[in-house]
Amino acid sequence: MSEKVIDRQTVGKEAAPKGAAPARRRLRDKFGRSALPYLLLLPALLAELLIHLVPMVTGIVMAFKQLTQFFIRDWGSAPWSGFDNFKVALEFDAPVGKALLHSFWVTCGFTVLSVGLSWLIGVTASIFTQDAFRGRGLLRAAFMLPYALPVFAAVITWSFMFQRDTGLINHVLHDQLHLTSDKPFWLIGDNSFWALLTVSVWKSWPFAFLTLTAGLQNIPRELYEAAALDGAGVWQQIRRITLPSLRPVNLVLVLVLFLWTFNDFNTPFVLFGKSAPQAADLISIHIYQSSFITWNFGQGSAMSVLLLLFLLLVTAVYLFATNRRRGEAE
Amino acid sequence: MINPPASFRWLRRVVLLVLAVFTLTPVAVMLSSSLKPLRDVQGPWRWIPSELTFRPYIDIWKTVPLAKYFTNSLIVAGSATALSVLIALLAGYAVSRYRFRGKKIFTITVLSTQMFPGILFLLPLFLIFVNIGNSTGIALYGSRGGLILTYLTFSLPFSIWMLAGYLDSIPRDLDEAAAVDGCGPIRTLVQIIVPAALPGIIAVAVYAFMTAWGEVLFASVMTNDQTRTLAVGLQGYATQTDVYWNQVMAASLVVSLPVVAGFLLLQRYLVAGLTAGAVK
Amino acid sequence: MRTHRISAALALTAAIVLTASACGGGDSGGGSNSSPKTLTYWASNQGSSLENDKQVLEPELKKFEQQTGIKVNLEVIPWSDLLNRILAATASGQGPDVLNIGNTWSASLQATGALLPFDQATFDKIGGKDRFLESAIASAGAKGKDPAAVPLYSMAYGLYYNKKLFQAAGIANPPATWEELVQDGKKLTSGDKYGIAIEGGNVSENVHNVFTLGMQHGTGFFDASGKPTFDSPEAVAAVKQYVDFIANDKIAAPGNAEYAANQSVTDFATGKAAMLMWQSAGANLKSHGMNPDDYGVVPVPAPAGATGDKATTSMVAGINMAVFKNTKNLDGALNFVKFMTSDEEQKTLNGTYGSLPSVKAAQSDAAFSTPELQTLAGVLQKSAAPLPQVPTESQFETLIGTAVKNLLASAAAGKPVTEATVKDELSKAQQQMPAS
Repeated sequence: MSEKVIDRQTVGKEAAPKGAAPARRRLRDKFGRSALPYLLLLPALLAELLIHLVPMVTGIVMAFKQLTQFFIRDWGSAPWSGFDNFKVALEFDAPVGKALLHSFWVTCGFTVLSVGLSWLIGVTASIFTQDAFRGRGLLRAAFMLPYALPVFAAVITWSFMFQRDTGLINHVLHDQLHLTSDKPFWLIGDNSFWALLTVSVWKSWPFAFLTLTAGLQNIPRELYEAAALDGAGVWQQIRRITLPSLRPVNLVLVLVLFLWTFNDFNTPFVLFGKSAPQAADLISIHIYQSSFITWNFGQGSAMSVLLLLFLLLVTAVYLFATNRRRGEAE
Repeated sequence: MINPPASFRWLRRVVLLVLAVFTLTPVAVMLSSSLKPLRDVQGPWRWIPSELTFRPYIDIWKTVPLAKYFTNSLIVAGSATALSVLIALLAGYAVSRYRFRGKKIFTITVLSTQMFPGILFLLPLFLIFVNIGNSTGIALYGSRGGLILTYLTFSLPFSIWMLAGYLDSIPRDLDEAAAVDGCGPIRTLVQIIVPAALPGIIAVAVYAFMTAWGEVLFASVMTNDQTRTLAVGLQGYATQTDVYWNQVMAASLVVSLPVVAGFLLLQRYLVAGLTAGAVK
Repeated sequence: MRTHRISAALALTAAIVLTASACGGGDSGGGSNSSPKTLTYWASNQGSSLENDKQVLEPELKKFEQQTGIKVNLEVIPWSDLLNRILAATASGQGPDVLNIGNTWSASLQATGALLPFDQATFDKIGGKDRFLESAIASAGAKGKDPAAVPLYSMAYGLYYNKKLFQAAGIANPPATWEELVQDGKKLTSGDKYGIAIEGGNVSENVHNVFTLGMQHGTGFFDASGKPTFDSPEAVAAVKQYVDFIANDKIAAPGNAEYAANQSVTDFATGKAAMLMWQSAGANLKSHGMNPDDYGVVPVPAPAGATGDKATTSMVAGINMAVFKNTKNLDGALNFVKFMTSDEEQKTLNGTYGSLPSVKAAQSDAAFSTPELQTLAGVLQKSAAPLPQVPTESQFETLIGTAVKNLLASAAAGKPVTEATVKDELSKAQQQMPAS
């Protein structure tokens, strides 16, 4: 391995211009080198601009307008409302702000639990299926099933299972195992939070599993062999080799799961319909209600902008913290 | 792992078994329910149908135009995936291997787009599509093309990011060696990086596919009768008068089969061997 | 340098946005006749499936084409998508020519200005306003304004009761007052059988029922000036009365609190509940294998001796048909509305869907002479009131429906439901109404 290691700087500066007319060559090279990354980014940039950035800026503009049903037909005529929409959303003593704040905390708790569990299950399963054994392929395929089912189908099945009187969950918990004295409700009331969490973890852990399994492929077996020779047990191998090697993948994965779960709309929407129980009132549904059901798009936009600011802050802190740790590690 | 002790192997068995039960229970529910008559699925839960029937599997094609929705979904999700992976690979390569001005801004901007709740830019995006249609004649609204473009962009930020992460974990020795051998950047990407990053690319492709496959909200507004996708179309089994649970589940199983089969095929490439060889 | 570039990019995006928003929406004032040969029609899901709707409608559209030479492109849109599609169409100006709307959306959609108002002249083109049922017309837009739509299919709530179960419990007549209903309900409740089934997880059903109760108590949830009065003593009493089916009377199964997939109809059809308040449940009950002779239909109870608004026993339920203002085939669109509301089509379509005609002349048809439909037609003519026709109707539906859902959920979980808790929940709902 070490033979092929070449000093990066040598490659960057010297390796390329080998032939004649070094000056001209260097010039073209320099241009090629500086333009190439931008060319590579161009398609991505264009798509992002059209589908995300422009609508996003429009959305931000909407937040400053009084965009109710009276004006959606002609946006230009909607009066500017300054920070009114934000004030309403942030007035935590008044019902709208209070409800938003409640929804925000529910979402935070839900996201942390869901991401944590999904990652934990994903990493456990990927490590446990790293070594070949009979039926591993089948098991891996089975683990991917929640991911292959269309969201609507999967979630409606869960809602079918969570039905109080006729669902499988209560049939098992109450009728068969006699764990509960009365049949609990899962789709309404306080338990709905746990129902939502279950479905969310069920749906997202396969993605963690897939990502981490792919990440494990890049760990050379020699590392484990060397560690085993040094007398490291299985747990030490996992702690010292597997987990550190997964760090770059984890870094992305956790953030992906976080943003994904935080903004998830499909799961609560299919599970609870257009009015989620209080205990499971995720922010995405809340905003949907505040804009689409009540047709107050200005208000909904303002809430989204606040949400965006929060997520930006979290991401920035996260990236900063992980970058520093990465910097220390190098 | 080298030399796992018996306790580890037992733990592994138990954990994997529990996970398999957790994962497969809903699938078993689907299977069992899809073979029941409607009155069974509307009554108390039972594993074994009171009367085994395959009717739901016949009725699903009549209640909604399932075949059409399925084709639409495959076209939309397939194209979005292919394009998304390609674009993300180029961008991820640039981010992972080059230093350039604006790199930070690019990654942060792209990432931040993922934070905006989709419900909010649904309407603006719709308007933009309509306006593009009015001024250029390119019909994006209601067409599969518009949906493909939207979905590929949805998965793009994470795809770029994840691919950059995977590419980072591939030793630079590989491309540097290729550079010494006289390979240009694109050839290096195609011949060296892609094979080495295949598991990562597949993970990203699966992510992109599933993002497009399951999306409900945009599809419900951006499609019409002819271009409606499965994710929205399946809701057709919950009608004004009844929820045809048995048909929902039969239809879900039927449409998921090809996807699962695809996963099984892809698995081979996910498993070690390819990369291990390249790194050694 | 860097900041400069960002601001340049921002300026560019802002420019695009402004153009985008400037030409969004319906700048063009009204419809035209620039494409007189085709029409796009968005139908709502009325039948047992989307495909079933197509099978019902296509032959009728063919008839229309033969009469007028206008081809109608039909799209049946599931209820889960319909409002969002209309919203998108409104915002962009790119919509169908003719569309079905839930009649409770009328005033809200009217406020957007996207729908063609039916003034005198427009009504004349489709055969006059007098042809339609008054109550149905009243649910097509705000009072004092030209309706935004015309009624297409009409429905009303009735109390369905299981004759055999009533007989077995020794009850001779179906209840006419709420006291009787609760008394009968208690007699009918034993073991896993209950007096009545309600769709407690369904926001719309909740709102429809408490609205009727509200009218009986003397409140329409809005005052004369259109301001919400959700937590008035009358409203609290109405909501509490409904929630009490589970909370205090215990004549509805606690599990009903989460019903949102028409399980209450199933429960009624399978004899698990002896009564059901529903709109035109006949076809649905039949599909569950319930014989029409096994159940009876009477108006929903009202306070003894009540008159006027207090004798309301149902909201005016139904589907309206609207013309999109931006249509490129205005005459054709109105022609099509005239066709769909003609006596002949009203008989055919309502007969198929199990709903009631919205035009008077079609009422007498034999297809609507079943005891069920005659009862419901009577309700529609005599004791049905439209839901509040205010622009904020959809907020009202969501907020009150959700409040009732929450109250039912806590009742089902065994938590006490008192006037104070009901009032609290309703005040919260009221405070979330937009100030307008």
